[in-house]
Amino acid sequence: MNYIEGFRDPAVAAHYRDSLARLGAELAHGGKDACFMEVCGSHTMAIARFGIRGFLPSGVRLVSGPGCPVCVTDPGYVDAAISLAEAGRIIVTFGDMMRVPGSRSTLAQARAMGYAIESVYSSATAMELARTHPDQEVVFLAVGFETTVAPVVAMLDGAIRQRIGNLSLLTAFKRVPPVLDALLVDPGIRIDGFLCPAHVSAIIGADAYRPYAATHGVACVVSGFEPLDILQGVEGLLQQRVAGRAFVDNQYNRVVRPGGNPQALGLMERYLEPVEVSWRGLGVIPASGFKLRSHLADYDACIRFGIDIPSGRPNPRCLCGEVLKGKIMPSECGLFGVACTPEKPLGPCMVSSEGSCAAEYRFASLKRRDE
Amino acid sequence: MSEEQILLAHGGGGRLSQRLIAEEILSRFGSGPLATLPDAASLQLSGRNVCFTTDGFVVQPLFFPGGCIGDLAVHGTVNDLAVSGARPRWLSLAMILEEGLPVMTLRRVLDAIRLAADHADVAVVTGDTKVVKRGQCDGIYITTSGIGAALPGFSLSIAQIQPGDKVLVSGCLGDHGAAILAAREGFPAEHSPKSDSRPLHRLVEGMAELAAGVRFMRDPTRGGLATILNEMTAGQRFGMRIRARDLPFSPAASALAEMMGLDLLHVASEGCLVLVCAASVADGILDIWHTLPEGRDAREVGIVTGEHGGRVILESAIAGERVVDVPSGELLPRIC
Repeated sequence: MNYIEGFRDPAVAAHYRDSLARLGAELAHGGKDACFMEVCGSHTMAIARFGIRGFLPSGVRLVSGPGCPVCVTDPGYVDAAISLAEAGRIIVTFGDMMRVPGSRSTLAQARAMGYAIESVYSSATAMELARTHPDQEVVFLAVGFETTVAPVVAMLDGAIRQRIGNLSLLTAFKRVPPVLDALLVDPGIRIDGFLCPAHVSAIIGADAYRPYAATHGVACVVSGFEPLDILQGVEGLLQQRVAGRAFVDNQYNRVVRPGGNPQALGLMERYLEPVEVSWRGLGVIPASGFKLRSHLADYDACIRFGIDIPSGRPNPRCLCGEVLKGKIMPSECGLFGVACTPEKPLGPCMVSSEGSCAAEYRFASLKRRDE
Repeated sequence: MSEEQILLAHGGGGRLSQRLIAEEILSRFGSGPLATLPDAASLQLSGRNVCFTTDGFVVQPLFFPGGCIGDLAVHGTVNDLAVSGARPRWLSLAMILEEGLPVMTLRRVLDAIRLAADHADVAVVTGDTKVVKRGQCDGIYITTSGIGAALPGFSLSIAQIQPGDKVLVSGCLGDHGAAILAAREGFPAEHSPKSDSRPLHRLVEGMAELAAGVRFMRDPTRGGLATILNEMTAGQRFGMRIRARDLPFSPAASALAEMMGLDLLHVASEGCLVLVCAASVADGILDIWHTLPEGRDAREVGIVTGEHGGRVILESAIAGERVVDVPSGELLPRIC
C-alpha cells in the first residue's frame, strides 16, 4: 500500500499547492488565464474525491471532458440491449450501464422485470457464462474506451480460440483521439491544454497526442490517476501555458510508453476497424468508434440477431452535451441536482460514478475557507 | 414500463433506501418509537427500560472469509442493541430454508449461531423454521430479533451532539462489504479482506463509567461510515469534519477498493462502532477500547463543527476538501 500512499503524500501535495500558486501569479502577471480539460472520467472522479479544485489558483479552470464511456453512450444503445434481453438473451454488462436511461427504461428496471441481465466486474465473466450456459445466447455489452477495448478483444480472442459459439458483443467502443479532434475544431470551445488519460494512453501511447500540440498548439500532459500525479500534470500544463509552449509531456511514464502497448494494439488491429459513431451530446464523429471486422460477423450481436441500434431520444432539456464539451459546469444545467440526481438521473453524466455531474453532485468541492 | 417497482438499489442503504422507508414505512408506522429510525426501539415494560430490534439476513455467499450468515445474524442484532446502549439478552431465530439445502450446511450455520450467541452472552429463546420450494429462496434466509436491558448511564440521541464533540471509530472500516465482494468475485482467499463480523457489546459495556459523555452511537453497516455520519448530521445545525489520514482501513480492503473502484466510506462494516462523544471523554474511551481486541484499531477520526451545518466534510489525503455524500444505490465499479 505504500505504493499508493506515496502518491497521496500531503507534504508533497503542499509543495504543488505552492508551485501552482506561483505559476498562477506568473500567468496573471502575463495577463493570461488558462482552461484545461481533464479528458478522462477517472481523472474527474479523482479530482473530486481528493478536492483537487481547491489547489487551483484563480484564473485556472479545469473542465471535464467526454472521457466517461457510459456518459457518451447513445440512449438507443440501451434500448437495443433491453430488446435483446426481452428476446431471451443473457445480457452481461459492467455495473455502470445498469442505471443509464434508455428511451423507455434502464437495464436495472428491465432486470427487475425478470430479464436475465448480469452485472459483472470483468468481461471474462461473460465468456464463463457462455461456456456454462451452452444452450443460451450470451451478449456482452462492450462499452468503453481503448482501456476497455483491449481486454474485451483479448476475451473475444480467447472465446474464438476455445470455439465458444454462443457469445457475441453489442459494441459501443469509443476512441479518444477522434473526439479530441472534434472538440478542437469546435469554434465554441476554448481549451489551452489536455490532461490526457492515464490508462487509455497505456494502450495508445503518449505519441498519439502529438498532433494536438503540434497543429493546435494545445499543451498535453499524460497524467496518472493518483492525486499527486494529477497535481504534477496540472503543474506541467500550467508551465507550458506560462511559457507559451505546447508539447506532449508524459508524467505517467511509469506506465505509459510513447508507442503504447504493441500487443494490445496488434490484437485490436486484427479484430477491429474504426467506424463513425454517435456520441450522446456530441453527435456523430468520424472514425470515433470501433466495430468488429467483417470476418467476425458471428460475434457481432447486431448482425447475429439482425438488429439495428436505434437512434434514441435523450431528454431535450438535458445539457450533458455541453458539459461533455466543457462548455458549462454541471451546476449550470437547470436540471442539475433538482430534476436530475444520481438516484434518478436524466442525463448520462449523472449516472456513472465517473460522470462529471455525478462527481460534482457527490463530491461538491468547497471553497477553501482560508481564502 | 412502470417505474413503480422495487429495484436492487432500494436495498443498498443509500438515498433510494431512505426514500422507500420514509415514503412507505414511516408514513404508516412512524408515529411512535420508529419515528427516528433507531437501531433498536427503547421501550418501557413494567417500569424497566428495554431495547427491541430485528434484522433480516440474506447474504450471499452463505460462507465468506471471516464468517457466515449464522454468526452475522447474531452479531447484527446484538450490535443494534449494543449501540442503543443496551445489554443484549435474548434472541429469536427465524429461518427460511430452500428445498435441497444440504443438512450439513444448515448444521454449520446453526453451530456458528450457537458459538456467536455464547460469545456474545445472549440466549436464543424462540424461533421458527419454514421451507420453501427450490428456487424460491437462496439457500437460507435468517431473521433475528433481540431484546436487551438498557445500561444505566447512557442517554443517547442526535439532539445531544454539539460542536467540539469528537467522532471515534472502533476499528477498520468496510472490511465486511469488501470481504463479501471479494468472495463473490472469486478473489484468492489469501489476499482477500476478512469480514469484521463480531459483537460490539463489550466495547459499549467497557466504557460504562464514561457513559455520560457519550452522545450517540451507530454501527456503520449498509452504506458505510458515509451514510451513518450523514444520518447524524442531516437537517442539523452542526456539521462534521473527518480526516482521511486518520480513517482506519485494513490493507486488504484498501487494495480491493483501489482495484474495484470502491469508496470504502460507502462499504459496510459488521463489527465496528461509530461514536460521538464530548471531547473530555474521547481519550478515555479510546484507552478502554484499545485494551479489547475488537477495539485495537480504534481512532479519533473527526470532530463536530459549528459550520457546514448538515454536511459531512472530508479532509482528503492531500489536504483537499470535499463533501461526503451517501451512496445513491447499488455499489457500482467504474468501467474504464
